[in-house]
Amino acid sequence: MTAAPEQIDVLDEAREQVLERGVGLTEAQVLKVLELPEERIPDLLALAHEVRERWCGPEVEVEGIVSLKTGGCPEDCHFCSQSGQFPSPVRSAWLDIPGLVRAARQTRDTGATEFCIVAAVRGPDKRLLSQVRDGIKAIRADGNDIQIACSLGMLTQEQVDELVAMGVHRYNHNLETARSHFPEVVTTHSWEERWDTLRMIRDAGMEVCCGGIIGMGETLAQRAEFAVQLAELEPDEVPLNFLIPNPGTPYENYPVVEGAEALRTVGAFRLALPRTILRFAGGRELTFGDLGAKQGMLGGINAIIVGNYLTNLGRPAQQDLDMLEELSMPIKALSQTL
Amino acid sequence: MITTMYCSFCGKEEAGGDHEFCRQRLSMIDPPRYCAECARRMVVQVTPDGWTARCSRHGETASAR
Repeated sequence: MTAAPEQIDVLDEAREQVLERGVGLTEAQVLKVLELPEERIPDLLALAHEVRERWCGPEVEVEGIVSLKTGGCPEDCHFCSQSGQFPSPVRSAWLDIPGLVRAARQTRDTGATEFCIVAAVRGPDKRLLSQVRDGIKAIRADGNDIQIACSLGMLTQEQVDELVAMGVHRYNHNLETARSHFPEVVTTHSWEERWDTLRMIRDAGMEVCCGGIIGMGETLAQRAEFAVQLAELEPDEVPLNFLIPNPGTPYENYPVVEGAEALRTVGAFRLALPRTILRFAGGRELTFGDLGAKQGMLGGINAIIVGNYLTNLGRPAQQDLDMLEELSMPIKALSQTL
Repeated sequence: MITTMYCSFCGKEEAGGDHEFCRQRLSMIDPPRYCAECARRMVVQVTPDGWTARCSRHGETASAR
C-alpha cells in the first residue's frame, strides 16, 4: 500500500530525488519545505548540506564586491538605497581606477577567487564600460589574476560581447523575486527584460549569476515560485540576499527576515538548486548573526561574499575566514576556477 | 558657543532624540551617511575592507582599517 501524497514527508522525497538523483524539487515541493515546522529545520539543513557536498563538493567559493558607480540610479527597485527616485541618504559616487585596483587587491588578499564590479545603473553607457575596461586592465597590470565578474544592469548583445572580450567570466543580474511579485518591487522595467539579458549572457558563454532578495513582501508560494524559476534558468551561481530595510526606500519599515524563516529558505533553495553555487550575500548579518551564519553554511550554502557590500558593511573578512576554518570548509582555490 | 552634533545615520540632532536604532545600525552594517558636525549628506564609498565619507564642508573621514 502506498502512502497518500499528503502523508509523504517532503524531506524523504527530497532525499531520494535530490540527494540520490540530483533532481531539484518542484515548486509544490519547495513550498512544502518552506512550510516545515521549526522543529524540522535541523533535518532540512542536514539534508541540504548533504546535497551540497554530494553535488557541489566541500569547497566554499569566496568573493568580494565593490561599487564602481554608487547611487543615482534611474530605476525604482523598491529595496534599493541607490535608486535616485527615493529620498535615500546614499549620494552618487564614482570609484576611480586606483580605488578599484585597491579593492581587487583587498579581495584577493582574503583568498577570494571572485571579484565583482558593480554599478547602480539601468544598463551601462560608454563611459561606464570604458571605466570597466580600464579597471580590468589596471587590475591585471597590478599582477592580480582574480576572476572578474560584473554587475552593470541590463545589456545589449553588443555590450555582452564587449564584456566577454574584456575577460569578464561571470555576470550578475538578479531576477530579485518571483515573476508574479516583480511588478510590486520594480515598475521601471520588467522581469522579462532581466531574463532576456540573462539568456544573452548564457549564450555568450559567460557564467550566469542570478539570485534575489528574500523578505520583500513575497508570500511563501512566491518564494517557492522564485526558487523554481531560478532553477529553470540553470544559473552557475545564486546569491541569496535578505532584505536590509534601508532608510528612504519604500521598504524601510519592512521587518528583517526572521532567522528560522531564513534558514528554511536556504535549505529549500539548495534542494531546488542542487548543483548551483549558493552564495550568502547581503543582509545575513542582520538576519542571522554569527550563529545563524554557521547554520547556513552547514545548511546548503557553499559560497560567501566576504568584507563589505555595495553600500552596507559586512563582517570583517577574517571573521568569515575563521568561521570557514572552524567548520573545516576549504576555500576554493583560484587554480580550480581557471 | 553651542556645538550641535548630528546622528550620522539619520542626520537628526543627537540631543533629545532616541538614536538607539541608529547606533545599532552603525555598529553592524552602515557607514556614516550624514556629517556629525553639520548633518550634510556625505559622499560615501564602501570598499571591501572599509569606507570613506566626504562632507563638502568638513572633509573626509574613513573607517579604521
